[in-house]
Amino acid sequence: MSDAKGKTRLPAAAFDEMRGPDGCYAKYEPIRRWLEQTPAETVALKRAEAELLFRRIGITFAVYSEGGDPERLIPFDIIPRVLDGEEWRLLSRGLAQRVRAINAFLRDIYRGREILRAEQVPDRLVLHNEGFRPEMQDLDPPQGVYCHISGIDVVRTAPDQFYVLEDNCRTPSGVSYMLENREAMMRLFPDLCAQHRLAPVSRYPEELLETLKSVAPGNCTGEPVVVLLTPGSYNSAYYEHSFLADEMGIELVEGADLLVDDNVVYMRTTEGPRRVDVIYRRIDDDFLDPLAFRPESLVGTAGLLNAYRAGNVTLANAVGTGVADDKAVYPYVPAMIRFYLGEEPILQNVPTYSCGRAEDLRYVLDHLPELVVKQARGSGGYGMLVGPRASTAELAAFAEKLKARPADYLAQPTLALSTCPTFVAEGVAPRHVDLRPFVLMGKEIRIVPGGLTRVALREGSLVVNSSQGGGTKDTWVLEG
Amino acid sequence: MLSRTADSLYWLARYVERAENTARTVLVGHWMASMARSLGNPGNEWESTLIASGCEPGYRAKHEEVTPAGVVDYLVRDPENPSSLFSCIETARRNARAVRTALTVDMWNALNETWLRMRERLISGFTPDQASEVLEWVKQRSQLFNGAYANTMLRNDAYYFTRLGTFLERADNTARLLDVKYHVLLPQSEGIGGALDYYQWQAILRSVSGLRSYHWVYHDRLKPWLVAELLILRPEMPRSLVSCYDEIARTLDLLAEAHSGKRGECHRLAGEVFARLRYGRIQDVFDLGLHQFLTEFINRTTGLGDEIAALYLL
Repeated sequence: MSDAKGKTRLPAAAFDEMRGPDGCYAKYEPIRRWLEQTPAETVALKRAEAELLFRRIGITFAVYSEGGDPERLIPFDIIPRVLDGEEWRLLSRGLAQRVRAINAFLRDIYRGREILRAEQVPDRLVLHNEGFRPEMQDLDPPQGVYCHISGIDVVRTAPDQFYVLEDNCRTPSGVSYMLENREAMMRLFPDLCAQHRLAPVSRYPEELLETLKSVAPGNCTGEPVVVLLTPGSYNSAYYEHSFLADEMGIELVEGADLLVDDNVVYMRTTEGPRRVDVIYRRIDDDFLDPLAFRPESLVGTAGLLNAYRAGNVTLANAVGTGVADDKAVYPYVPAMIRFYLGEEPILQNVPTYSCGRAEDLRYVLDHLPELVVKQARGSGGYGMLVGPRASTAELAAFAEKLKARPADYLAQPTLALSTCPTFVAEGVAPRHVDLRPFVLMGKEIRIVPGGLTRVALREGSLVVNSSQGGGTKDTWVLEG
Repeated sequence: MLSRTADSLYWLARYVERAENTARTVLVGHWMASMARSLGNPGNEWESTLIASGCEPGYRAKHEEVTPAGVVDYLVRDPENPSSLFSCIETARRNARAVRTALTVDMWNALNETWLRMRERLISGFTPDQASEVLEWVKQRSQLFNGAYANTMLRNDAYYFTRLGTFLERADNTARLLDVKYHVLLPQSEGIGGALDYYQWQAILRSVSGLRSYHWVYHDRLKPWLVAELLILRPEMPRSLVSCYDEIARTLDLLAEAHSGKRGECHRLAGEVFARLRYGRIQDVFDLGLHQFLTEFINRTTGLGDEIAALYLL
């Protein structure tokens, strides 16, 4: 049984990214030496300096956020998370494979629906899905691309064991942290960085822009005009929107800056209307176009969907990608990989129980203390149960919720997420991490080597979401 | 650039300038009222301040009587008054935030800190007796912002629209400041040319930091038509109507150049108003009636604002 703190049933030996049974891995050796040789006082001093410097970068960075509001600064841990070239090659092959399959799935369900006819994915999961958009039927987006930008959440449990926790194919965020964290490390610890052959991440905005240009509509003859569409400055990811627009040198527009005339999209400029070819939109489908979706949306542009359907503008990501990253569809991604690519999945799915199925529900109720239970439509780590961390009372209460609305929940075994050394109040201690690399798909697939490593700062916690007390680390991919 | 960005920059600059000018207007009210009191002849100085600032209808809707504390509170603090000093800063910052990436870091810091400290003041409770300190402070902060943008912005569209905002608002406000004098009634015992009349003209000059300038330009005691000439027609005076329109017309020309020669009604109108100021005579202004002249001027400036919006900002 669990005590009040609920630590007893945690998976005993989580894989440590830095140390194996034979000691420190080679890729972490310079960091280990650095941590060991630096006296405690110096480390403390460095951390204080780091905090200060990071805050200063954070503040210039927070030109985009609320005047340096400390609540918006997600804690940054100075010990990087390291992946060697071999690990990264495995990961990136797996990521590319997964995104190719998901894209093929989207193309299929909005056209012939072969995968449904082959009964590889249940009809109702797709056609009754909130993320499914009938408006997309038979559309032919440029280059056949639906998910131009995906953020795939990956965890690791053993040296060669990576699991995909979640696919984010709508408007994934967090890439600005990948860029900012590296910037911070290069400024803080130039010597340590210089001891490694780090794959650079700073070219991400260029890669993104090239990806977006490569999917311009066929009738765009000159240099494509690309814009970033934001819901506005009150959105929590606004700083990222303005940061990316700045880095790419494109206009950051709001819905009201765009107008649609004769199915062509223009932005309102001081020189008059200017045609727009590609929209990197950071607005959900529901709010894109008040004529097509939610009529009360104030952040969208009337007529946008018709212009899109007419092939006069590209939306990235496409409309209706939400059906692919739905938690209920997630268990079928390996089937998609086999069906469309004829390959075996390189990255594993976490075994998932759909509580809507009677036998799965029975199993879940019997094994609740071992499982992680999530809402099928939730994000940000809200409303989830981490069985091994829950008290008896919490388990009982959750079991009732499950029985009341079983179809709303999915359960997975509690994975022994790998840990990475992290600075905490008592010194350096292992903390659980995950990884969100960003996959770009245009004419070709590009993955900038790195990603956003999130770390659960509380001891034993498996929840890395920043809204739940998570922090971030720089992610180092070593060349070679 | 995006029309929305241009619009936000333009209004950002207008509201910063308006905050400064509201401060200057309240200072005039202060000086006039205290001089009238010391001469034993308190009059309707605060009422005239309200009328000239265009805030009288709003004030009357909330207050039965015109009291010094009531007017100061309404013009400085009251969030329901869109032209109150604090509202101006709030609106300026809202515009700045919406287009933060079009701002330089120095501009943002100057404005954001003003806003933060103003909020602290509001939270700790503002009372009208703290007004004069706040008014001086706002003048300084507005000058800091104007300096920040003059010294750090790239000379392109963004700069031109910001500058248009500043000078359009300043033209409007100088006219209103001058008009305060029209609304102040002189007591019968104190005719035109008397001590009170003299001090009132002096207060107007001080409010635009123009008292010493007057002496440098005219080497003469204060005469109403010369004060009016200085604030309307003299190109040496940086807050005069002609100086403001000089800047406006020039900035609009630069914009037309940057937009492959495209011009609109705003260019014609600005040119016309500027030419009248440049070649006008103060005698003609007085023949028409100073108040009449200023009212027409304020209306034309409002019209110019609408034309600029129609060509660039919508």
